Amino acid sequence: MIEQEASAPPTEFRDGLVATLPAIVAAVPFAVLLGALSGDRGVSVAEMGLMSALVFAGASQFVALDGWGVPPVWWLLGLTALVVNLRHALMSASLVRHLGAFPRWGRVLALLFMVDEAWAFAEARAATRRLTPAFYAGMVVLFYPSWVLATLAGALAGSLIEDPAALGLDFAFIAIFVVLVAGFRHRPRFFAVVAASVGASVLTDLLLPGAWSIMAGAGAGMLVAAFGPAGGEGRA
Amino acid sequence: MSISLDALLAILAMAAATMACRLAGLVLPTPLIGTGRLARAFDAMPVAILSAILAPLLLTRGPADALAGAVVILAATRLPMIAVIALGVGAAAAARAWLCARPVSGLPCARRSRARRD
Repeated sequence: MIEQEASAPPTEFRDGLVATLPAIVAAVPFAVLLGALSGDRGVSVAEMGLMSALVFAGASQFVALDGWGVPPVWWLLGLTALVVNLRHALMSASLVRHLGAFPRWGRVLALLFMVDEAWAFAEARAATRRLTPAFYAGMVVLFYPSWVLATLAGALAGSLIEDPAALGLDFAFIAIFVVLVAGFRHRPRFFAVVAASVGASVLTDLLLPGAWSIMAGAGAGMLVAAFGPAGGEGRA
Repeated sequence: MSISLDALLAILAMAAATMACRLAGLVLPTPLIGTGRLARAFDAMPVAILSAILAPLLLTRGPADALAGAVVILAATRLPMIAVIALGVGAAAAARAWLCARPVSGLPCARRSRARRD
């Protein structure tokens, strides 16, 4: 693994900010939509803003609105969030190995703000250089307030926006993730890991729709990496 | 413009569950990973997780998304990220508009959830 020296903090901060800009542009319409849906589900503007600020996890927030009863059942919603966000436990376990340059409280803070995009960009960064707190702060400093404010805007303004998926906006995230995966393609066993993960996740998704496909695919990929033949394509 | 007690409890439960997942890595005995099989499994984690997120979205959400996914994968190693994003969004919008107007036999055009995103 090539470990380039980290740049000066302002440069690192700017790099983190720039890396997440496309993800922010794509996430804002979904946050607006989330807010717009909340009124129909009996969630007040203040409640929706609080949810975005404290939970800060889009997928689980959409799922929560689906299951939001009157009154909401706290343990059911908590359990659902746990299942939907279980992938963050895996991401956390992986990311924590790259937080060596962070003070102890900084690690906690970084992980609390770890959404899929921030995690993926941080992993990609850590593959070539030292992951710095300044870079991570740059990733979060704009992403977090835009998510919370856009949710509030949607809740206040109602359905300003049609389904962002019809505009293909969800493919911005898919494109980002595909590019990040492709960046790892010279790692040993890359194709074996991808094949195992794809196979297991698709099979699980067909049998058991929901959040489990991510865990199954990730587990299969890791097993192949651990017990598959050593070496393979790419450099070791 | 108010917060009910039931809603507050539900939001706190969701936040606690999410925070627990995000902090889970801190209790991991990182030094034990070292080298060998466990280290190889951990090194594979980013690729394994991202592939597992992507595969169902690209392969089980109908022909339009699969087509747009193929465009993105082909572009991923050839173009800068911002171009891949633009191409992906454009391809998805076009393929969905085109293919969803006349659904392919039996295949759901968009079983996609409105957003599994954050």
